[in-house]
Amino acid sequence: MDHLDQLEAQSVYILREAFNRIDKLGMLWSLGKDSNVMVWLARKAFFGHVPFPVMHIDTERKFPEMYLFRERYAKEWGLNLIVEKCPPVEATDPTLPPNARSAARKTLGLRDTIAKYGFTGIIAGIRRDEESVRAKERVFSPRGESGAWDFRDQPPEFWDYFNTDLPAGTHLRVHPLLSWTELDIWKYVQREHIPMVELYFAKGGKRYRSLGDQDITSPVVSEAITIAEIIAELEATREPERAGRAMDRETEDAFERLRAAGYM
Amino acid sequence: MSSAERDLMRIVIVGHVDHGKSTLVGRLFHDTGSLPDGKFEAIKAMCERRGMPFEWAFLMDAFQSERDQGITIDTAQIWFKTALRDYTIIDAPGHREFIKNMITGASSAEAALMLIDAGQGIQQQSRLHAFLLNLLGVKQIVVLVNKMDLVDFSEARFAEIAREYSSYLGSLGIKASYIIPLAARDGDNIATKSARTPWYPGPTLIEALDSFTPAAPLAALPLRLPIQDIYKFDDRRILAGRVVSGRFKVGDTLLFSPSNKTAKVASIEGWSAPEAHDAEAGQSVGVTLDEQLFIERGEMASHVDTAPIETNAFKAKLFWLAKKPLKLGENYRLRLQTRDVNVVVESIVCIYDAESFSARPSEIVERNDIAEVILRSTALLALDGVEANPKTGRFVLSDGRNILAGGTIALEGYPDQRRMVTVRSANITDVAHGVTAAQRTLRNGHPGGVLWLTGLSGAGKSTIAMAVEQELFRRGFHVFVLDGDNVRRGLSANLGFAPEDRAENIRRIGEVATLFAESGQIVITAFISPYRTDRQRARQAAEATATTVFHEIYIKADLATCEGRDPKGLYQKARAGEIAEFTGISAPYEPPLKPELVVDTEKLSIADAVACVVSYVESRFRKPG
Repeated sequence: MDHLDQLEAQSVYILREAFNRIDKLGMLWSLGKDSNVMVWLARKAFFGHVPFPVMHIDTERKFPEMYLFRERYAKEWGLNLIVEKCPPVEATDPTLPPNARSAARKTLGLRDTIAKYGFTGIIAGIRRDEESVRAKERVFSPRGESGAWDFRDQPPEFWDYFNTDLPAGTHLRVHPLLSWTELDIWKYVQREHIPMVELYFAKGGKRYRSLGDQDITSPVVSEAITIAEIIAELEATREPERAGRAMDRETEDAFERLRAAGYM
Repeated sequence: MSSAERDLMRIVIVGHVDHGKSTLVGRLFHDTGSLPDGKFEAIKAMCERRGMPFEWAFLMDAFQSERDQGITIDTAQIWFKTALRDYTIIDAPGHREFIKNMITGASSAEAALMLIDAGQGIQQQSRLHAFLLNLLGVKQIVVLVNKMDLVDFSEARFAEIAREYSSYLGSLGIKASYIIPLAARDGDNIATKSARTPWYPGPTLIEALDSFTPAAPLAALPLRLPIQDIYKFDDRRILAGRVVSGRFKVGDTLLFSPSNKTAKVASIEGWSAPEAHDAEAGQSVGVTLDEQLFIERGEMASHVDTAPIETNAFKAKLFWLAKKPLKLGENYRLRLQTRDVNVVVESIVCIYDAESFSARPSEIVERNDIAEVILRSTALLALDGVEANPKTGRFVLSDGRNILAGGTIALEGYPDQRRMVTVRSANITDVAHGVTAAQRTLRNGHPGGVLWLTGLSGAGKSTIAMAVEQELFRRGFHVFVLDGDNVRRGLSANLGFAPEDRAENIRRIGEVATLFAESGQIVITAFISPYRTDRQRARQAAEATATTVFHEIYIKADLATCEGRDPKGLYQKARAGEIAEFTGISAPYEPPLKPELVVDTEKLSIADAVACVVSYVESRFRKPG
């Protein structure tokens, strides 16, 4: 087994645990590279099926290419797609910095969706290498009644035994991609021929490395127009992946506060 | 693909709080050129805001509270490269309060770096972390004697710590691969050899790391495939699970434990993957079988001739992580791979002292204690000793919600019960007897039954059995004693004294005693019969006939008393190590939970003890009037 085989086997194991242990399970699909890989892994785990709803928490500020991608592949992959719109920015915590407030809309949209459908488990495609606060996550991560993350007192998790049972009114976040890196994702996309939004590939000397809302995401300088070129670029770069995400670095603890409140 | 074939190794950094773990991580990054752009500047800005000198620890300490308090709370991971391969570094908190996070981080590591402050020397967490690494199964260890700058790079001080710590590791059965003098803050002996330690001939940290081998694949061990789920999304009935060790191929016969069913692998299923004919350790697979077995999550598939052990009791070494202490007699959920069963803590053998790590007795196990306990489940478990299989020899305990503890399994002294629960003969039909049990009772004046004496060697079983037999015979009962002398010479002549053989011996005695009882006799058996499960099976055999009754009689005397009596000198031999697996000394005795009768030979004379059993028989076997 090579490194990608190991990552795939581990993610499949996690998804199967989640499906077996959690009653009301849903998967977040942001249409980005990580969530596309995650949907793909679910089809690996369940032999071509995705046996739970796939949710897009829509800020309505995504790029048009992303909406086209959503409509096409929800159908092609046979997904049970749920689209829920986010509340306006006025509903978010006013003490957060402006770009973080914009991102916090997704937290509120997710919270409302969980309440509406009664989800007890949400599968999210975060990775440890994206951001140092995410590096501290568990694979099965309990959330309080308001969706909050008590990062100061996380339960132990080892030998692939996950904490899968939880009190009523709370939910679990499940992170099958936690051990993957950005480079792993692209190598897997290449190996498995997984479709991707075209914004990831360079046009006019620029491409998106990470896809968020149009107004708080900016492209990076790049000539990479194929997956192989993206992989070569990532192997050489020293620029962090989320450099184009404005909300992460407004203040020292902006991202930590977002996540503690339930951001994915 | 330039780096597709590069290895990845996961290493954990552990050690006492403040011995420099997070600083080392920062320095490793910097010195191997792995730091992302802007990170150095971001850390510098954070430190300036706090009016403090540059702090490498901020690279891993992502929580504001970690940076403000200057301690690592939760484990984090970060990646760096050497010329040879990629590494994931897991930073584990050193503070005793955050042991659960240290374990979370360290459990997946293939190698560990243990930091010891050259000034402070070996501290409590330096010892505890090594003890835990051993339980977690991390075998490759580099000891780093850090902050050598604070002791003027003294060779004598380095040698002193190296000697003392090596001897401690030796007592745990660990040998450090390397011991390296370090000044992490300045980078001495990390990526380049330090001019300040000319007396040190060994490798740098990077050289040491690159010399390690990735975790050995478990494909060479016997097959273990815990069933995770059964899917029927379409017309296929797929058993899903991850192969934790070994390998198998289409056409192999799989044995499912503990249900003891077998079937052949018809296909290995996959989606968007090349057709597979075999699978090996590490792979998440789906299989279909050639016949429809009723199999549930929690069954363990193996090959027939290399099956896991089946038992419902075992000894475990565990680390307890919950705030609420572990208590004797308490029930927990035991999770072993995908199996989830109730267990009770039958005894707490010892706990390891937090300072000296010597064993001492205790009634409870508190948070962060390491203990040896005996666990018993109501259902049979399929498992292995941890030395035989690291995946099926480990388990966790939970309260049905959170993980409370992790542990490793030791099977010395516990028999494999698989043989006992398998009926191998086919084509057996019950034939009605011409003489009924009622007719026999009428002729004999009493029904048949089993008096099952159990107790330690030297408790008085044989003496009492023989005297009771004489007295009952005198009173007109049809009675016979089965003991070691008449059983071991014939019926069990082919058995030794290993746990499996002892269990089989007791099984045979249980079956023979049942036949005697069915014939109308009162059978007295006088065997130590140390395992509760074995006695339970004998009871089931007797009571399955519906006409015979089983009476468990506990001949009670504690170990010290029996050892004091030592009529055959066996205890003395066992203590001298001349008898292996001797009950009470090197193998467990499980006293009855609800015996029909207790005869306490510490308090009663032999004559009184005999009278007690005889009057019990009179009251149970004679019809009133």
